[in-house]
Amino acid sequence: MADAAAVQATIDGNAAVAHIAYRVNEVCAIYPITPSSPMAELADEWTAKGITNIWGNIPVIQEMQSEGGAAGALHGSLQAGALTTTFTASQGLLLMLPNMFKIAGELTPAVFHVAARSVATQALSIFGDHSDVMAIRPTGFAMLASNSVQEAHDMALIAQAATLKARVPFVHFFDGFRTSHEVNTVTLVPDAAIRAMIEDDDVIAHRGRALNPEHPFVRGTAQNPDVFFQGREAANRFHAATPGIVAEAMEKFAGLTGRQYRLFDYFGAADAERVIVAMGSGVEVVRQTVEDLNAHGEKIGLVAVRLFRPFSAEHLLAALPASCKAVAVLDRTKEPGASGEPLYLDVVSVVADAVARGTRATMPRIVGGRYGLSSKDFDPAQVKAVFDELKKAEPRNGFTVGINDDVTFTSLEVDANYTTEPDDVVRAVFYGLGADGTVGANKNSVKIIAEDSGRYAQGYFVYDSHKSGAQTVSHLRFGPNPIRSPYLIRSANFVACHQFHFLEKTDVLRLAAPGATFLLNSPYGPDEVWDHLPRSVQQEIISRKLKFHVIDATTAAREVGLKNRTNTILQTCFFALSGVLPRDEAIDAIKQAIAKSYGRKGKRVVEQNWAAVDGALARLHEVIVPASATSDFERPPIVPLSAPDFVRRVTARMMEGLGDEIAVSAMPVDGTFPSGTAAWEKRNVAEEVPVWRQDLCIQCGQCGFVCPHSVIRAKYYDEAQLDGAPEAFKSAPVNARGYPGAHFSLQFYVEDCTGCGLCVETCPAQSPAEPGIKAINMEDKAGLVDRERENIAFFEGLPINDRSRVDFANVRGVQFLEPLFEFSGACAGCGETPYVKLLSQLFGDRLMVANATGCSSIYGGNLPVTPWTKNAEGRGPAWSNSLFEDNAEFGLGFRLAADKHLGLARDLLRQLATEIGEDLAAAILDAPQIRESEIRVQRERVAALKTKLLALKSNMAAEHLLSVVDHLVRRSIWIVGGDGWAYDIGYGGLDHVLATGRNVNILVMDTEVYSNTGGQASKATPLGAIAKFAAAGKRTARKDLALQAIAYGNVYVAQVAMGANPQQTLQAFREAEAWEGPSLILAYSHCIAHGYDLRKGLSQQDKAVASGYWPLLRYDPAMRDIGEAPFRLDSPRPTLPFKDYAYNELRYSALAASRPEDAAMLLTQAQEAIRDKYRSYEEFAQMETGPTPSEVMGAARKL
Amino acid sequence: MDLTTSYLGLELTSPIVASASPLNRDIDNLKRLEECGAGAVVLPSVFEEQIEREEEILDMLIDRGAESFGEALSYFPAQTAYAFDTSHHLTLIEKAAQALSMPVIASLNGVTDSGWVDYARDIEAAGAKAIELNVFFVPSDLTLNGRDVEARYVDVVHSVSSAVELPVAVKIGPYFSSPGHMAGELVKAGAKGLVLFNRFYEPDIDPATLTITPSIELSNSYEMRLPLLWIGVLSGQTKASLAATTGVESADDVVKYLLAGADVVMTTSALLRHGVDHMRTLVDGLGAWLASREFSSPADIRGRMNHRNIANPEAYERANYIRVLQDFAGR
Repeated sequence: MADAAAVQATIDGNAAVAHIAYRVNEVCAIYPITPSSPMAELADEWTAKGITNIWGNIPVIQEMQSEGGAAGALHGSLQAGALTTTFTASQGLLLMLPNMFKIAGELTPAVFHVAARSVATQALSIFGDHSDVMAIRPTGFAMLASNSVQEAHDMALIAQAATLKARVPFVHFFDGFRTSHEVNTVTLVPDAAIRAMIEDDDVIAHRGRALNPEHPFVRGTAQNPDVFFQGREAANRFHAATPGIVAEAMEKFAGLTGRQYRLFDYFGAADAERVIVAMGSGVEVVRQTVEDLNAHGEKIGLVAVRLFRPFSAEHLLAALPASCKAVAVLDRTKEPGASGEPLYLDVVSVVADAVARGTRATMPRIVGGRYGLSSKDFDPAQVKAVFDELKKAEPRNGFTVGINDDVTFTSLEVDANYTTEPDDVVRAVFYGLGADGTVGANKNSVKIIAEDSGRYAQGYFVYDSHKSGAQTVSHLRFGPNPIRSPYLIRSANFVACHQFHFLEKTDVLRLAAPGATFLLNSPYGPDEVWDHLPRSVQQEIISRKLKFHVIDATTAAREVGLKNRTNTILQTCFFALSGVLPRDEAIDAIKQAIAKSYGRKGKRVVEQNWAAVDGALARLHEVIVPASATSDFERPPIVPLSAPDFVRRVTARMMEGLGDEIAVSAMPVDGTFPSGTAAWEKRNVAEEVPVWRQDLCIQCGQCGFVCPHSVIRAKYYDEAQLDGAPEAFKSAPVNARGYPGAHFSLQFYVEDCTGCGLCVETCPAQSPAEPGIKAINMEDKAGLVDRERENIAFFEGLPINDRSRVDFANVRGVQFLEPLFEFSGACAGCGETPYVKLLSQLFGDRLMVANATGCSSIYGGNLPVTPWTKNAEGRGPAWSNSLFEDNAEFGLGFRLAADKHLGLARDLLRQLATEIGEDLAAAILDAPQIRESEIRVQRERVAALKTKLLALKSNMAAEHLLSVVDHLVRRSIWIVGGDGWAYDIGYGGLDHVLATGRNVNILVMDTEVYSNTGGQASKATPLGAIAKFAAAGKRTARKDLALQAIAYGNVYVAQVAMGANPQQTLQAFREAEAWEGPSLILAYSHCIAHGYDLRKGLSQQDKAVASGYWPLLRYDPAMRDIGEAPFRLDSPRPTLPFKDYAYNELRYSALAASRPEDAAMLLTQAQEAIRDKYRSYEEFAQMETGPTPSEVMGAARKL
Repeated sequence: MDLTTSYLGLELTSPIVASASPLNRDIDNLKRLEECGAGAVVLPSVFEEQIEREEEILDMLIDRGAESFGEALSYFPAQTAYAFDTSHHLTLIEKAAQALSMPVIASLNGVTDSGWVDYARDIEAAGAKAIELNVFFVPSDLTLNGRDVEARYVDVVHSVSSAVELPVAVKIGPYFSSPGHMAGELVKAGAKGLVLFNRFYEPDIDPATLTITPSIELSNSYEMRLPLLWIGVLSGQTKASLAATTGVESADDVVKYLLAGADVVMTTSALLRHGVDHMRTLVDGLGAWLASREFSSPADIRGRMNHRNIANPEAYERANYIRVLQDFAGR
């Protein structure tokens, strides 16, 4: 019987699952990984708020150092008798594998909730498919699939009830992003029903099986050939009983909620001849298509798989109609080399066995196919293509659908015009910027509409790959019936473009249905806007007979003090134009939603937004659409014709949002992409950009040093080269001695600039006469772009300064070194990228980078473009990302190979010395390669060597030497990542790599949180700061990784903060690279997750140092080797109370606001820790031979 | 010595009030001030702009980078209540009200009549016994005439006074064409007390950096002459309580203000210079002075030398000015 009091909520899949998991567990062992992190974040927040589980107690939430650690803690907690869960995805699930075999082997009930995500192969992908869950099939876990947000909520509970009864642990999985992040209307299971589903006898029995010294036993023995096999089979009956137990739980659930599920649910014609078998969110798409096609006379059906393991042959055969002649099994995964994907093979074997045994009369034709990898959208048109294929006499096996495979021709033809969208569903698509609040407002709209009785709503949000200036596309559906369409809108009857400039980059009307409404946020009114539209936009408006409206939401927002937050204004216009709700009702609802969403930010913000809503409609105007297109301009090409072929064919398509249309043949076969394609993506995200005052500039180089996006370039050159310079090109005589006649220019790449302002903040040159004017000042970009394009073209024609003549030893000199990391999609004002760029300037042409997964791997390698680039000689950083957890080992592998091949090259060179010339061979073998000039000379020698080797044809030794000859130029191997990697998940590897003594350089860009996944606490998170997973404030001090590394004695260690002392940073990078052993640099990196205006990032770094929180230090074993003190403290004694640094940041001040007493106590502790730490450091600095390992570790323990 | 005093309808154990300063953020300091005989305490100001700006900044910070990137839809725990400094202020009022038996007066600093009236209600709910409204702005808009400026003051006072039940004292500066008349208008608008005078924020210029530098100097006894004059003029001519502030360094200064007609005397700079225990020096000094003249309470001397009571009221007026100048020239 359904519970009439059931409450509806509009939530996403993660929240729907966490709601149940939290209530039916006692312990959660967690670790962040996209797209599952929000489940763990919610659990942590609920704990901080004191929310209880169904037994009235607050679950314990424990963040671990990795998913492997989470699985271990979970295993232990289960063995000790607690109901324990975890949330994970992708590589995270794979790191849990060893424990999963154990947990299942020991028949331990638990549910792992998995937002299924692609496992990294030729590339990482954060998006959804089943490659992760398919990898755990042999563990013995039961696997229960959810196909929608509602099901994810329901199955979370069914899994928990079943595992407790069956003793077999469960993976409950649902599609990452498509289900985990889709906002939809969910009927919540009432707490009473949750309580009824979980039988206390099962819970008590679980506790009774726990390890307990009161009645001890041993579990986890080692078994030998005599008994292991039998032991493995001893649990068979538990696995065999599981399907029946799940079916019973589903029945019980149906009785409590009215929602009936089966292990295999059949939908469609009872006499269907063609059937699809599918699992996950794709099921809903197939179901919709089946209903539509059957309504048009087809006889087709769908078997929806819910319990995938144990795979119940009996239940599958019962679900599959006897009439069925052809079956297509859809797998959202790929198993190269197999005779089919896993679900396909299961279905084939079950049906074949039934036919062989005679329990089924005929063997239908069964084919398998792949769809939807990495959240590739899967829509009814693709489903129809599969059913159409099944009509054929010889349907293709091993097909793909949703892509164009023009290489191995696996893909099915899809009729893109086929749709099942019902007429009563409003389909709205919104193009916005991350910063303008479009997504937030749309989430509110979904809630507003769904909370109106008799209406249902769905929201799904697509983000681009940049962290700054990112475009968002919101897909919203509203209708009188539950929305079961887990795919992107193809044909929208409402399209809103919240940023006028998108019209020049994106075909925003591509999805507009005939007669649709088009709302444009426009600085031009209804009478002027037409003339500012590209011709193709005009043509689309006319040909599709769009109803066109404009509003100047940007001005309206600014007038009420909302700056660029246009969201509530545009939301009001949406409601007014779409008519989804009566206008007054909608406005009241928007206002209520504003109060709810912004209430925590204060009354004023709420009132400003209310004022925005009230004023919105007066500014909304319909545009009278002319009969014909009149524009004489068109959307400019996304990249110029001069771009390389690959960029034009592939990269540009992705940049346009048309990557889905790229054929298989255009893709690299092994994930290898050309360097330096970011330079072709002129994103123009800044409204204000820096402008140079050459008359005030002291040419110090600090602006370029700190620029996170490498948009400030300096060159010096002979004055005569200014001939032909554009009129606006700026230049000044070099102001240093020794450069007579030389001129200096700073060039700003304004189209790549994010407008962060760090350059202006760091510029030390004030005008002596004009208040507030520096040598760099921010100015409105409008009107500057054309001029600067000309200037850039001229600047790029000036010769690049000779690296061997640049002084690497000071910041001023470094500005003349070309950055080989440029224009990344990192946040505006990012604190990490200046360090990455510096690395590329100093060592870029001989640099290999192993990059841990995280922010730096995303802004460093997230398509469409690549910011790591190469110089005019074609040399540049060779960059790769392996995983999150293994980066130190991965980089060490670079070194092992390099050392091996260097040795090989030297041996071969000696061997071939006579043929090559003894002098050249000796010069190469004995060459010093510390200074840039020495490296330059060595390069010339190696070039000469290559010429000679090429002449030695058919000499195998020469061939071999040629294959490794590049190693004769000193390689710089850097292992780069964030603190989540270095302090937590990768710490074991990092420690081991340091202990090897090998010559690798480790750069930790320490933001003190997991920045990439949204600010979860790491062991670098400081005492007293809040973070996700530490919502109540972190209660332990950050780990002193520097001291731990110093304890080895042979590791070069530096702690740097560019904003406090750029010169020390530069020195540390150079010393680390020069040290022939391992080195570790901890680089303070301000971050958006710290909660302050990043324009002040550098001065905040300075305060971190001035307060003693982040002492600058260098431990150089080379100094000890020459009798000098190795430990050097580079920053003075603290001059600022810790509070004056910390409380500038929301991460600290938020705790002071929410828990003032705790914050005060933690502040005192933090201040004392700083004092103690500084004292220890000062003592170390005074030791002639530096501290001993035991002294260092003693200090580390104290802190 | 009984130093009991009435101010804004509140009973105070002494007429010396610790005016708003950073010292008053600390509950221990407040307790110590009470032990030393302070009659009341004014808590540090919350600025109208502060309330607005903090809300705006927080809005920006929480939302910056949010809903932009698939892996990080936010950067802070979603359900944490992020309170502002203003809520610290409310917490301070609550704690002070609980810890002290002397009245706690909350201070608000603003220039408009909207936006922060709600906050005045919050102050009332937090346990303050009165509000000191500090109206200060520089009418740098040269189209504003004197009447406009005066009207702005009156509007603010009216808005806040009508929003709360608490007595509202208004702290103003002396720069009106007719400060006495202005005082009357403010009282008509709802002010129950007048605090004379506000010391203006008068920015300085740093010639090295070409920047405007904030500058607030501690007051000294010399600066008490102007408030002394206007306390003297207003005493006995207004139903509002009068509080004197500025330049109270010693017990003699307290006595002077009381003689001129102040109901209470406020001190900040002296406490910042000498520490909170200086309150004891002032209170004891006042008691000693009263005793030495055989007065039994501050009421005995209050207004004894105001404009009405003294034999030569021109001492407060222009004639006195002329005489002083002439005397000075003749020295």
